[in-house]
Amino acid sequence: MSKLHISTIINGEPEEFLCEPEETMLDVLRDRLSLTGSKEGCGSGDCGACSITVDGSLICSCLMLAAESEGKKIETIEGMSDGETLHPLQQKFLEEAALQCGICTPGMLVAAKALLDENPDPTETEVRFWLAGNLCRCTGYDKIVRAVLDTAQEIREIK
Amino acid sequence: MSDIQYLAPTTLDEAVSAYSGAKGSAHILAGGTDLLVQMRSGMVNPGLIVDIKKIEEITSVKETEDGVFVVGASVSGMELANNSNFGKTWPGVLEALNLIGSTQIQGRASLGGNLCNGSPAGDSVPALIAAEALLTVQGPNGRREIPVKEVPVSPGKTSLADNEIAVSFSFPSRPAGSADAYLRMIPRTEMDIAVVGCGVSLTIEENTCTRACVGLGAVAPKVLEVEGAAEALIGSQLDEDTIENAAEACRACCNPIDDKRGTIYYRTKVSGVLLKRAVAIAAKRAKGV
Ligand SMILES: Cc1cc2nc3c(=O)[nH]c(=O)nc-3n(C[C@H](O)[C@H](O)[C@H](O)COP(=O)(O)OP(=O)(O)OC[C@H]3O[C@@H](n4cnc5c(N)ncnc54)[C@H](O)[C@@H]3O)c2cc1C
Ligand code: FES
Ligand code: FES
Repeated sequence: MSKLHISTIINGEPEEFLCEPEETMLDVLRDRLSLTGSKEGCGSGDCGACSITVDGSLICSCLMLAAESEGKKIETIEGMSDGETLHPLQQKFLEEAALQCGICTPGMLVAAKALLDENPDPTETEVRFWLAGNLCRCTGYDKIVRAVLDTAQEIREIK
Repeated sequence: MSDIQYLAPTTLDEAVSAYSGAKGSAHILAGGTDLLVQMRSGMVNPGLIVDIKKIEEITSVKETEDGVFVVGASVSGMELANNSNFGKTWPGVLEALNLIGSTQIQGRASLGGNLCNGSPAGDSVPALIAAEALLTVQGPNGRREIPVKEVPVSPGKTSLADNEIAVSFSFPSRPAGSADAYLRMIPRTEMDIAVVGCGVSLTIEENTCTRACVGLGAVAPKVLEVEGAAEALIGSQLDEDTIENAAEACRACCNPIDDKRGTIYYRTKVSGVLLKRAVAIAAKRAKGV
């Protein structure tokens, strides 16, 4: 079989690539496009380290075929900061030490941003439920949840 | 280099001809939350993957003037939750679908995938059975409509022919005083497989239950409709004795596996407990209190 030719938009930039039909979006991001921010923790939808958004909806890129991205808008962790200026969530994660080893962090940030885009004023319970598909073996989650809530408040105050 | 082929047709006819042309080596791709896991573990090795998410009819939700909802087989949990009316009429079906996995899984997981995957523990299936939903399937010989309860056969197996595609679910219009509910028991609070799942749909007119249907999951090799439970409920005022009889009908049809997540004794007992609780929730919703 010949490879598939896919045209998509990644972090606002048109992107074209060739892939095998069974390659996942995660494999293409990491191995063909050198966007290694998205991590593979499990490859089976359980850990959320590979979280991206596709046309605005949060998904696990390990459970999506790259071929499915034809004509879609993909957002990854690489598109989160504005050049050298960190996104408020990234800044808050640093300030409040919401990460230790950092493997879960890109997925946490992408998932948390999707939450705040949809719900600028989530309760702690809503944050915990929304992030239930993002596993972290280091922090015990409290600092992550706190950082998300504090960022939400900060963004609301600026607005 | 691989010898797998990927197609994303925009019409159902193209999808059916590609799917049936592959003579059993093709797999349908909806949200992929089962299929990609199975491909990765080597459980399935498709020759052809037919992605059905570019087909309008399979990805849309429609409500007719007489109150029938038609939900495309690959509509995701997130998309169905965003429909402003569906959850008002079918809160039980929606809560069952929305229980599947995490936020990320909700962005992809569909009713069609949950049903066609054939798991006896698929969360939306008992709710679909209780809702008396009909599944439209299309194959090379045309379309047919089957009650969802006739779809599950055994673990991993459905009554769909290997050239038929699930197109949409249709949910009957229902009188005022109707509602449904779904509850599952899992050992954790999130992200786990049901040890028992119970869907109940009721119509209550002047305090009497005039219509009822019960679906029960994870207690037998396939999801079951519990006719005995419905018979007990219909015509009653949903008093304690009636509900106990309906719970007994659920326990009686259990034929579960015994595993680390739930013993036979536990699963059987819990099926009665969930029936009682799901009836209480559905009745409360039906009465609008
Ligand atoms: C982390 C995680 C958590 C999960 N949690 C739950 C849970 O709590 N409860 C639960 O029930 N399930 C759970 N699942 C399983 C899965 O998410 C669900 O079964 C989901 O509904 C499958 O839908 P899908 O659209 O992703 O199906 P797919 O993976 O695309 O398809 C599933 C199967 O059905 C076939 N198929 C799909 N659509 C059609 C169609 N229209 N016509 C014919 N065949 C079709 C496919 O070929 C495949 O064999 C979980 C999975 C993961 C990865
Ligand atoms: S790598 Fe995708 S969920 Fe774990
Ligand atoms: S910081 Fe190590 S897994 Fe979360």
